[in-house]
Amino acid sequence: MAETVLETYGLTMRFGGVVASDNVDFKLHARELRCLIGPNGAGKSTFFKCVTGLQTPTEGEVYMRGVETTHWMPHQIASLGIGIKTQTPNVMDSLSVFENIWLAARRFFNSREANRKTQDIIERLALGAIARNDLGQLAHGERQRVELGLVAVGDPWLVFLDEPAAGMSAEDVERMTGIIHELNKTTAIIVVEHDMQFIRSIAKMVTVFHQGKILMEDHVDRVMSDPTVRNVYLGKNA
Amino acid sequence: MQGSLSKDAIIVIIVTAILIWIMPFIISTYTLTVLIIYGMLGLSLGLIWGFGGILCFGQAAFFGLGAYTYAIAAINFGESTIPMVLAVLVPAVFAALLGAMMFYGRLTDVYLGVITLVVTLILFKFINSTAGPQYVIGNARLGGFNGIPGFQTLNIPGRPDDYIWGDSYFYVCAILLAVVFFLVSALLRSSFGRIAVGIRENETRMSLMGYDVRARKTVLFAAGAAIAGLAGALFANWGEIVTPSLFSLGQSAEIIIWCIVGGLGTRLGPIIGAAGLAYLKFLLGQQMLIDNTLITGLILVLFVLFLPKGIVPAISNMWKVSFGRRQLGRIHQQRRIRHRGRANG
Repeated sequence: MAETVLETYGLTMRFGGVVASDNVDFKLHARELRCLIGPNGAGKSTFFKCVTGLQTPTEGEVYMRGVETTHWMPHQIASLGIGIKTQTPNVMDSLSVFENIWLAARRFFNSREANRKTQDIIERLALGAIARNDLGQLAHGERQRVELGLVAVGDPWLVFLDEPAAGMSAEDVERMTGIIHELNKTTAIIVVEHDMQFIRSIAKMVTVFHQGKILMEDHVDRVMSDPTVRNVYLGKNA
Repeated sequence: MQGSLSKDAIIVIIVTAILIWIMPFIISTYTLTVLIIYGMLGLSLGLIWGFGGILCFGQAAFFGLGAYTYAIAAINFGESTIPMVLAVLVPAVFAALLGAMMFYGRLTDVYLGVITLVVTLILFKFINSTAGPQYVIGNARLGGFNGIPGFQTLNIPGRPDDYIWGDSYFYVCAILLAVVFFLVSALLRSSFGRIAVGIRENETRMSLMGYDVRARKTVLFAAGAAIAGLAGALFANWGEIVTPSLFSLGQSAEIIIWCIVGGLGTRLGPIIGAAGLAYLKFLLGQQMLIDNTLITGLILVLFVLFLPKGIVPAISNMWKVSFGRRQLGRIHQQRRIRHRGRANG
């Protein structure tokens, strides 16, 4: 059995009376690719935020490679070697593509090594032509790709991607799929996504969230054909 | 940023040498000295605001703290070397504590502005109320609203009787500004500086990359205060008296205006803005027709409306545009010549 990189026990997040995340037990193995799906408000993003330190869970525990990280700040969690991409593009708009990726690389390598790593990623993601452009001038798909570069450049062993395919053209999505598969050779990845087409093309294992709980966890084909999941997605009572 | 640090150093040395030589022909060295000091003060806020995104309404607090530290220490030590060092360290440590409290408390921009403003006010009120004889540090009386006069001014290190004043003091200040400018350039080229700019651009992203934003902002804030403190000490030496007006809100507001007018996000802008506006204020002070704060306010409004990025970015943009056009023009000309050649042949 492969090493476990992420575990949560009884993860609960309450906002007043609303239970956004309800007693979630979750496990992820090294180099696994897992998609989290579910209708709006199912608690995917809350789970994502609690695990990455953007929000502090009300109850429960989070372990990463056996280290408890429940009340850690995002920068501490990221320092473990974890790449995080948030839902909205989160980049430095008035800096160049190179500088953006370099800053991410510099966290884990010295200046010279960071230069090399940055060049490497820019080539791998085919960003060479726009490497000196400011992020603010780029198209949405390119910005998403750069952000994936930021996440990948530090050689992470666990990557969180919140809606990486949102608002992208078919061509960009295809490219994104390739990059994710490439990344997955060295790291475990959690993808939070709505786009079922995209999920079909990348995922094996899928975790379905509904009303803050995990509804089911299985292979993508079985999840897609499950009547309960279909009902949840169509908004009927499960 | 392009080019290398050694190129930076050479440019700084050449430009400083030329300015030190030329400027005294235009403006008296006594006035120039204070313009340089204000330039340094402008640079201190330009660093933390323009490159670190920390809008501090209390840069005058560190300036005044530097000046008072120098004056009090100079009276007690009877020489100027240790007081100069203290005048840099005390504001830096004070800012580190204040900054840690604000940044670790996750205060956002507006509250940061409010707190720094209030701290300045507290210092102003406090120093103003220290007129009584019980407010003494060593041999130095704080003197309340009268300030502290008659302290030892700058001397050659180790020789307390050899004062540096007049033209020599102008050279010292000019060279110190050049050194500080160079250090700021070096800082901004370093990883620390580049990361600071990253934090200015997107704090969340930088912390998701694993950077401790709070610690880095605190350090940068302290560095800015150290520069302001040095400027304060130089100002104390220039004026030969320190008064609570150093801490005044007017002073704080002026520093912010210098930065806006000169150009945020540039190293040169705040220096030029500070020296330019301070000189204008000096000229306006010699006439009785219009109140000079009115003019300063008008300039600020005009800049915000018509030149929101400030003087230095506007000039460098103009330079780029005109340079670009000239090149384009040349290409057109060549094409025209080629066409003509073809038509003739």
